[in-house]
Amino acid sequence: MTHLVLLAQQLDQIFVIAKHWLLGFVPTAAQALVSAIISVVPILIVFPLLFAITTWLERKGLGRIQNRYGPNRVGPFGLLQPIADGIKSLTKEDIVPKTADHAVHFLAPVLLVAASFMGYAVLPIGRNMVLMNLNAGVLYFFAIGSMMELAVFMAGWSSRSKYSLLGAMRAIAQMISYEVPLVLASIVIIMQAGSLSTVSIVEQQTSYTGIWPHWFVFTPWGFAGFVLFMIAATAESNRSPFDLPEGESEIIAGYYTEYSGFKFALFFLGEYIGMFATSGMAITLFLGGWSAPFSFLTWIPSYVWFFVKLLTIISVFIWIRGTLPRLRMDQLMNLAWEFMLPMALLNLFTAALWHFMPAGLSRWLVCTALVVVPCILLSRGLKQRKKFQVRTYHYSE
Amino acid sequence: MVGKGIIQGMAETARNFFGSYVSKQRLTTVQYPEERDPQIERARSFPFLVYDGTDPEQGLRCVACLVCEKECPPKCIFIEKAADKKPDVAGKPQPYPAVFNIDISVCMSCQICVEVCPFDSIKMDVVYDLSSSDRFGGLLLDKQRLAKSNEYYNAIHSTEAAAVDARLSEERAAAQAKAKAAAEAKAAKAKAAAEAKPAATAQTQPAGGDVR
Amino acid sequence: MNTIFLILAAISVVGTGAAMSLRNAVHCVLALTFGFTGIAALYLQLGAQFVGFTQIMVYVGAVAILAVFAIMMTHKPEPAKPSTFSSSWIEGSIVAAAVFSVLAWAVHSSSFSRQPSPPQPDATVQQIGVALMHHFVLPLEIMGLLLTAALIGAVVIAMDRKEELK
Repeated sequence: MTHLVLLAQQLDQIFVIAKHWLLGFVPTAAQALVSAIISVVPILIVFPLLFAITTWLERKGLGRIQNRYGPNRVGPFGLLQPIADGIKSLTKEDIVPKTADHAVHFLAPVLLVAASFMGYAVLPIGRNMVLMNLNAGVLYFFAIGSMMELAVFMAGWSSRSKYSLLGAMRAIAQMISYEVPLVLASIVIIMQAGSLSTVSIVEQQTSYTGIWPHWFVFTPWGFAGFVLFMIAATAESNRSPFDLPEGESEIIAGYYTEYSGFKFALFFLGEYIGMFATSGMAITLFLGGWSAPFSFLTWIPSYVWFFVKLLTIISVFIWIRGTLPRLRMDQLMNLAWEFMLPMALLNLFTAALWHFMPAGLSRWLVCTALVVVPCILLSRGLKQRKKFQVRTYHYSE
Repeated sequence: MVGKGIIQGMAETARNFFGSYVSKQRLTTVQYPEERDPQIERARSFPFLVYDGTDPEQGLRCVACLVCEKECPPKCIFIEKAADKKPDVAGKPQPYPAVFNIDISVCMSCQICVEVCPFDSIKMDVVYDLSSSDRFGGLLLDKQRLAKSNEYYNAIHSTEAAAVDARLSEERAAAQAKAKAAAEAKAAKAKAAAEAKPAATAQTQPAGGDVR
Repeated sequence: MNTIFLILAAISVVGTGAAMSLRNAVHCVLALTFGFTGIAALYLQLGAQFVGFTQIMVYVGAVAILAVFAIMMTHKPEPAKPSTFSSSWIEGSIVAAAVFSVLAWAVHSSSFSRQPSPPQPDATVQQIGVALMHHFVLPLEIMGLLLTAALIGAVVIAMDRKEELK
C-alpha cells in the first residue's frame, strides 16, 4: 500500500524531479537561467497545444449543439483540423492597408500574445509547479491582463478603418467595464485567504472535511464570486455572448478586420490563451487549483486535476457560446455597471460577515440570504425599469 | 427567477448535443458525396432523349419535328434534321435528328420541351452533379450524352413512364389494328375484283360468236 | 544588478524621450507607456512588488488607455508636422542644463547621498495593507473621496441631457 502511495507521490512530482535531474547537467553559474528556461518552455508548448485542441473541441461541440457534424474530413473525427487551420493561416498573404501605421500594426498582435502568455507565470499547475511564486501573484495577473486592452487599442487604431476603430472602442470599453467585477470578485478570495500569492491560496483549499474539499466555491460568497468571475472572464476574452466587438455579423471582425494570415492567427491565439489564463486563475482562486474534488481521489496527479478542471471550464464556455445570443453594447454595459458591480460589492460585504461570524449553520444561512435575496431583488428591479417606452424624436418635433 | 431562461436554454443545447449521437432527428446532416438524400419522383434537373430497345441510334423516339426547339424559352436546344429517314420502332420510316444539343448552362428546367413533344421523346432527368471544368463546351450535351434508354426512364420516373408506355403501346396496337383492317379490306376488295373479272369475260364470250 | 538597472533605466529614458520627440500623437502615448513599464520594472527590481504591479495596472492599464481614448476621440488624423523642435531650442537647453546642474548639486551635497543605503525593507502587501488601515487611514479615505468626486463628475459630464434637448 505504501508502495502505491509513494508511486502516486512520485508521479505527482514527476516534472519537478525531471527538471532537477536536467539541472544536474548544467554548471552552477548557468543554473538560474537554465531553470527559468526549463520552466517556461513547457508553458509555451502545452498551452498552444491546448489551444489547438480547444479549436477542434469548439468546432465539433458547436456543431453537435447545432444539429450538425463539426469538421470530420481532415483526420479521424477531424482531429487534424487544427493542423490544416495552422497551415492555412501561415500561408495566407499578409495584407496591410496602405494608410495603416505599420509599426503599431505589427506590434499589436505581438503585445497581445506576449501579455497573454505572461499571465501563466503565477498559475500553480500542480503541487510545487508554479513558475514564479510571487508575493503579489494575483495582482501581477490582473496587471498583465490590463495590458491586453492596450494591444486591442493598437490593433484597432493602426488599421485606420472605421470598423476597426469602432470595434476597438467597443472592445476596450467592454474590457475595462468588466475588469471591475473581475477584480472585485477575486478580492473576496484574497480577503479570505489573507494573501495575494496564488500558491498559498491553493494550499488553503487542499484540506478535506470527510470527502468534501474546502474549495472556496462551496461557500455562498465563493459561489457568487465564482459566477461573477466567470461572467466577467467571458466578457474579458470577448467571447460569446459578449463578442459584439468581434461578431462577424455585426462589425465584420471588429478590431482585427484588417489583419490576415499569421497575424490574425496570433490574435486568435492570444485571445484563447488569455481565456485559458483567466480560467486558470478562476480555478486557482475558486476551484481549489490542483487539488482533487474528493479525498479518495488524491492519488491522481495534481496537474491532471488542473487540466481536467480547465477542460471542464472550456467546455462550459463552448456550451454557453452555443446557447446564448449576443448581447448588445448597451445591454452589456448595463449588465456590468448596474448588476455585477453592486453584486460584487455586496459579495465583499458578505465575505467579511462570514469572516467575523462564528462557524456554524447561522453563518451559512445569513450569508446565503445576503447573496441570493439582493440578486433576485436587483434583477427584478432592473427588469421592471425596462418598460417599452414610446419613442420620442428630439429633432423632428 | 433570474437566470431561468439561461438554464433552460443550456438544457436544450445539452439535449441537442447528446441527442445528436443517438437520434437521427437531432443530426440531420447528409454527408454529401457519400450519402445522398433520396429525391421525390417528380424531381427534375435537365432534359434527356428517350430511346426504345438497346440501340440509341435506332430506337430514338425523336423525329426532329423541331417543336421543342421552337418552344424552348431560353433557346437552349439546337437540332439539325438528317437528310434521310430511318425506320422507327413500328417499322415506318421517320426523319431523325443528326445533331441534337442542349446547353444545360442555359437550360432553366422549365419542362416546356417535355410538355410540347408529341412523341414522348424528351423527358426530364434527375441527375444534378453535372459540373465540368471545361468552360467553353463542357456543359453542351450532345445526342450521345442525352440519349438514355426507356428502362432508365422507367427507373427514375416510374409512374410517369408506366403511363407513357401504356399510352404508346395502346397507340401502336390501334395503329396495327387499323393497318390490319386496312390490309384485310384491301385484300377483300382485290379478291372481289378478281372474282368479278372472270365472270365478266365469261359473259361477253357467246355474244361475240353469234355476230360472225 | 547594476547592468539590469542600466537596462531598465535605458528603457525608461528612451521611452519617455521618444514620447517627447515623436511626431504622431498615438506613437507618443505608446512610447510613454513603454517608459511606464520601464519604471514599473525598476520598482520590481527594488523589491517593491505591490508598487510595481500597481504601476502597471494603473498607468499602463488605465492612464494610457485614458490618454489613448482622448486622442482617439478628439484627434483628426493629420499629416505629420515638419518638426517638433521649436526655434528657440538653444535657450531652452541652456535653461534645462542649468536646472539639472542645480538639482544634481543639491542631491549630491545633501546628507541623503552620504548615508549608507539602509537595509531593504520587506514591504509585503500585508504590511502595506496594515499601514494603510492604521497609520495612513486618513489619506486613504480622502483619496477615496477624491475618486468618488471624480467619478460623479465624469458621470455628470457624460450624462444624456434629455431635459435640455426638449
